Amino acid sequence: MEIKKTSLNKLHQSNNAKFVEFAGYEMPIQYSKGIIEEHKFTRSHSGIFDVSHMGQLFIYGDETLTDELEKIFPLDLKNLKQNCSKYSFLMNEDAGIYDDLIITKIEEGYLIILNAACKDKDFEILSNLLGSKFKMNLDNNRSLIAIQGPKSVEILNSIISGVDQLNFMTGNWFDSDNQKLFVTRSGYTGEDGFEISISNDKAEKFVENLIEKGAQLIGLGARDTLRLEAGLCLYGHELDINKTPVEANLRWAISKSRLSNGGFIGSKKIMNQMQDGASQIRVGIKPEGRLIAREKTKIFDDTDTQIGEITSGTFGPSVNGPIAMGYVNKEFSKVDTKILLEVRGKKHPANVCALPFYKKNYVKGVY
Amino acid sequence: MSEVKFSKEHEWITLEGDVATIGITKHATEMLGDIVFAELPEKGSNVEKDGTAGVVESTKAASDVYTPVSGEVVDTNQAIVDDPSKINEDPEGSAWFFKLKMKDQSEMDSLMNKEEYDKFAKESAS
Repeated sequence: MEIKKTSLNKLHQSNNAKFVEFAGYEMPIQYSKGIIEEHKFTRSHSGIFDVSHMGQLFIYGDETLTDELEKIFPLDLKNLKQNCSKYSFLMNEDAGIYDDLIITKIEEGYLIILNAACKDKDFEILSNLLGSKFKMNLDNNRSLIAIQGPKSVEILNSIISGVDQLNFMTGNWFDSDNQKLFVTRSGYTGEDGFEISISNDKAEKFVENLIEKGAQLIGLGARDTLRLEAGLCLYGHELDINKTPVEANLRWAISKSRLSNGGFIGSKKIMNQMQDGASQIRVGIKPEGRLIAREKTKIFDDTDTQIGEITSGTFGPSVNGPIAMGYVNKEFSKVDTKILLEVRGKKHPANVCALPFYKKNYVKGVY
Repeated sequence: MSEVKFSKEHEWITLEGDVATIGITKHATEMLGDIVFAELPEKGSNVEKDGTAGVVESTKAASDVYTPVSGEVVDTNQAIVDDPSKINEDPEGSAWFFKLKMKDQSEMDSLMNKEEYDKFAKESAS
């Protein structure tokens, strides 16, 4: 299959991107300054991320659409206000996660942002569940640009006036350069920021404008270190079809009002696990010293019994040390529990720790 | 001090008496990106030509460091363990990895000179 390119591919090239294949797309892993500089620039200034490979699924329909989506997602969508977003999951009957996603209520429907590697399968699953009653569009004509970091609000507001009035996890349509952009205040770096849905033919000029105002392009490498410092899950690593939201320690994302009656896919398993607890749970892990424990590193207790496995591990540039997330047996999930990580045949000490590694700076209550 | 020689695994080596100093090349650091972890062989241990003699890790991945010659480890550079970013800053100078007391200096003969290595690195990168 031919590798796909986003509408910003030429711009990445002219900014000396190193490319990797990710979910069938040619994506920038880093630019000339490198992952650590890019990471720190995002935390201190403003980083631009091309996330156009992610799926933008628009679903339009009458009021029955909300009822139908509530049969799928563990959310209280009836009480979700227009232009408000929620983090959620598409699950199977056993509460195994097909994908994690952000769903936003928009005029006459919903916008769902899906992971690149999952979007086609998600579309198929949702089409089968919803039937032909609703208009569904996995929109390939729109790019998705994230701008993240403390200077982002000032920079974006100078181009799209009014975005500074958005609260975190809300969005709206804005007019700019004779077109409609959908802007949400959101992101996946632990910083304040925005995601902008824009038509492909306008994306390059828009990003050039952001760069002119002082933001810089950031690759997937720094996106990974940023999200890991923020304690956020990455599908295919922390989350997959064999993990449930309760095991992933994401029970906060399940609406309380839906737990009493269930009625969403996977609700039985979720309700059982909420009551009895899961046997394994996702935790933050801090290796002692400078040792990095990568994905698939085995975790042991002091009796040489394997008690879990690392799902993501790297060096956190803002933490200035190694960080990881992984799954451990429930009895080892308490903060400050001593564990051992097997790296290159030797066991190294580490501690279970609270997430995030790096404190968030989300904006709430602008109004 | 001898001419600098290079291995296909992107290590550089110089010889002074029978003691060889070994590090990784600038080209290697450019391929690796930001180095955030370094592990060196133990002083007093013996390492074999083309065997592993350490590890470097970037934000992205771990890579083995090989030794281009055999010998006993007589010194290691603790400064790069304490601050691995020094490896990106001065890979072919102050950020050497370890020193070996060589057993068989003829092992140097099969290694590349600067010109040969530059050509090799350019070809292997493309």
